[in-house]
Amino acid sequence: MKTKIFPIFLIFTFSIIFFVFYKGLQNTNVYTPTIKSEIKIPNFDAKEFFSKDKINSDQIFIGSDYYLLNIWASWCVPCKEEHKYLMDLSKKENIKIIGQNYKDNFENAKNFLINLDNPYDLIFLDNDGTIAIEWGAYGVPETFLIQNNKIIKKIIGPLNEKLLFEIKELTQ
Amino acid sequence: MSSLIGYYSLIFGVGVSILVIFFSIKNFNDTQKLDTKVISLVFLQLLFVIISFSGLILSFVNSDFSNETVFNHSHTTKPLFYKISGTWGNHEGSLLLWLLVLTLFIFVFLLRSKNQPKQYKILTLLFQQIIIVGFFIFLIQTSNPFNHVFPVPKEGLGLNPILQDPALAIHPPILYLGYVGTSIIFSSALAAVCSNNITKIWASHIKKWVLVSWIFLTLGILLGSIWAYYELGWGGFWFWDPVENVSLMPWFALTTLLHCVLVLEKKLILTSWVVVLSIATFTLSMCGTFLVRSGILNSVHTFANDPERGLYILIFLFILIFLSFFIFLIFHKSENNNSKTFYLLSKETSILVNNWFMMYFLSVVLIGTIYPIFLEVISSQKISVGPPFFNKLILPFLIPFMLAMAIGPKLKWIKSDIEDKIYLISFFVISLILSVLIIRNLDINFLYNSILITAAFYLFFITLRDFFLRKYRNLSQITAHFSFSILILSILFNNIFSSEVITNLKINETYQSQNLKINFESIEQENKQNFKAIRGKFIVEDQNGLIEVMQPELRIYNQPNIVTSEADIKTNIFTDKFMTMNYVQNQDHFNIRYQVKPFMIWIWISTILLCLSGCLSLIRKKYEN
Repeated sequence: MKTKIFPIFLIFTFSIIFFVFYKGLQNTNVYTPTIKSEIKIPNFDAKEFFSKDKINSDQIFIGSDYYLLNIWASWCVPCKEEHKYLMDLSKKENIKIIGQNYKDNFENAKNFLINLDNPYDLIFLDNDGTIAIEWGAYGVPETFLIQNNKIIKKIIGPLNEKLLFEIKELTQ
Repeated sequence: MSSLIGYYSLIFGVGVSILVIFFSIKNFNDTQKLDTKVISLVFLQLLFVIISFSGLILSFVNSDFSNETVFNHSHTTKPLFYKISGTWGNHEGSLLLWLLVLTLFIFVFLLRSKNQPKQYKILTLLFQQIIIVGFFIFLIQTSNPFNHVFPVPKEGLGLNPILQDPALAIHPPILYLGYVGTSIIFSSALAAVCSNNITKIWASHIKKWVLVSWIFLTLGILLGSIWAYYELGWGGFWFWDPVENVSLMPWFALTTLLHCVLVLEKKLILTSWVVVLSIATFTLSMCGTFLVRSGILNSVHTFANDPERGLYILIFLFILIFLSFFIFLIFHKSENNNSKTFYLLSKETSILVNNWFMMYFLSVVLIGTIYPIFLEVISSQKISVGPPFFNKLILPFLIPFMLAMAIGPKLKWIKSDIEDKIYLISFFVISLILSVLIIRNLDINFLYNSILITAAFYLFFITLRDFFLRKYRNLSQITAHFSFSILILSILFNNIFSSEVITNLKINETYQSQNLKINFESIEQENKQNFKAIRGKFIVEDQNGLIEVMQPELRIYNQPNIVTSEADIKTNIFTDKFMTMNYVQNQDHFNIRYQVKPFMIWIWISTILLCLSGCLSLIRKKYEN
């Protein structure tokens, strides 16, 4: 009896594997992320840049205000280029600029803000880059325009005059 | 024309298969000798497949775009070398190559096993013919390499540029020799079980095939790695990509099988292990084919996404699994002649320990590879399993594995004591001190890393000492274990000491950090046969004032229109300096990645040594005979 259980068990296991592979074949297609114009923002926990207090994304993006999430790092050269545009936008009352400090050294990042001024209303830390993955970001810098917890516009790479104008148009 | 000949050769090939099966069954019981008719038929079959394969190569060389495969994967401006390698750089052609190796191996097998029992030979041939017929039908039905295109296009679509690399041109054939070699082991093990022929003689006979497949599989994986390192420009050699895993799984099984066969050659134990592993090795190779070719997994190797092909291989795979499974259950008699007790300190036990470790590594890789499929089917969630999973589950277990690897070969059969205890302990202390000294100043997990490196050093020293002391006895084993220790050591150091700089630079700009200065000097253009090259010139200065000129390249291929980045790699004995340059759209700067990777070359050297040790074992056997 004992000797029979083992073969039956094996046959059973292989049949399940067969079944799963068979099913897997049918919904086979190369995974392509769907690009929708308005995607809901991810929910995440992070640490605030200066105080290191824990903060949830719900506490950052509230209501129907415009938020501009900017992923940056002190080591990132294009981030310096786009900095003046962020400073420009920070003067606008109806946009809150949120910084996501990506894989950075705290001292370097702090010096970056001291030397170039701080455009951000709030900065949180993303030391291991996992939050950037949640956002579906490709690299730094990357900027997301957010309203009502939805991403209205996604900008890969540094901001420039044209994009600045576009953001201003969108947030009129 | 050559396509037509190729196609009909395939059809004739199937016909011969049926004849071979018919005559083998007829010949099974009537005489003592294997009918020469059968052998000549197998040769005829091989000939047909060779003609078919040459036909395809010829179509590629002549850029005959009336052939669909050629149209899809070739282009007139491609260099001749890549026109030829393009033959197996696609699904259809590579399957034809697979078939060629299958028929070639069974022919060589029949020639080389004159002294084996006849019934065993015929059974092996029959099992192999089942596999061959399966592949013939698969090829003709679902992936015919000789499909006709009408009207004939003027120009082909071109071969994916990342496949246009010398290492990759020979990677598939070598790997296939390894994969398909396991089919002989599979057929032969099943035949041996059926004809009750599992003996020491069989073990030493099949050992050669295990060794040959093992050498080719190792070499094939190495070539793939080299290609990934030089061509993909990701700055690594192993990414735990599903297809890499798929080649690693048969390797684990085959390595374990090799050890078991070595035992079986000396003593009639572990027979079940040998049979099950022989079956598993080939099944895993087939499973790999299924996973890669069906498009069920996403990977750099995904050829085509055709569920029909996937379904065919799946059914074929499971027929083979169940067939071998029932044969094993019905015919296999486990060794019950005098109950063998395994002593704790004996060669048998250490081989068993090795087996179980290998099985563990195998199952980790297996689960990591197919779990995403299971999860997607059951809960329609999409996940991907990455390096952290494998590193966390495999690396810690390397510690006891390597210790066992160092001590195991020193033990004797049946029962033994450890001799030279002082050496063993003093070597351990030396390795411990060495690794502590190395790890001390680094910002990584101290305990874990130092123990890991200690184990690797320990294996290194023990095998090094054996090398000089044993007077070339067991040279292949010592070389293999020695090169494995170098491999692990260099992988570990490579991981620990690698450093990376990613930055964006314009021409004449300089990146500067504490210990590095990169100056983007100039850029130049050059037109080659089928691509345009943009070469950057960078001056890299490290903290010691050493200056190196790096010239990474961007290649813009004309057909298909793809940009690839060619890394510039400066290799010396201790470190590799690696730089890639990437084009950033609508920007006047380039994205620069500069990496310093120590001991890179030793990873290649140690793997080549590993293959050589396999060759040594082969040659030694011949010499003794």
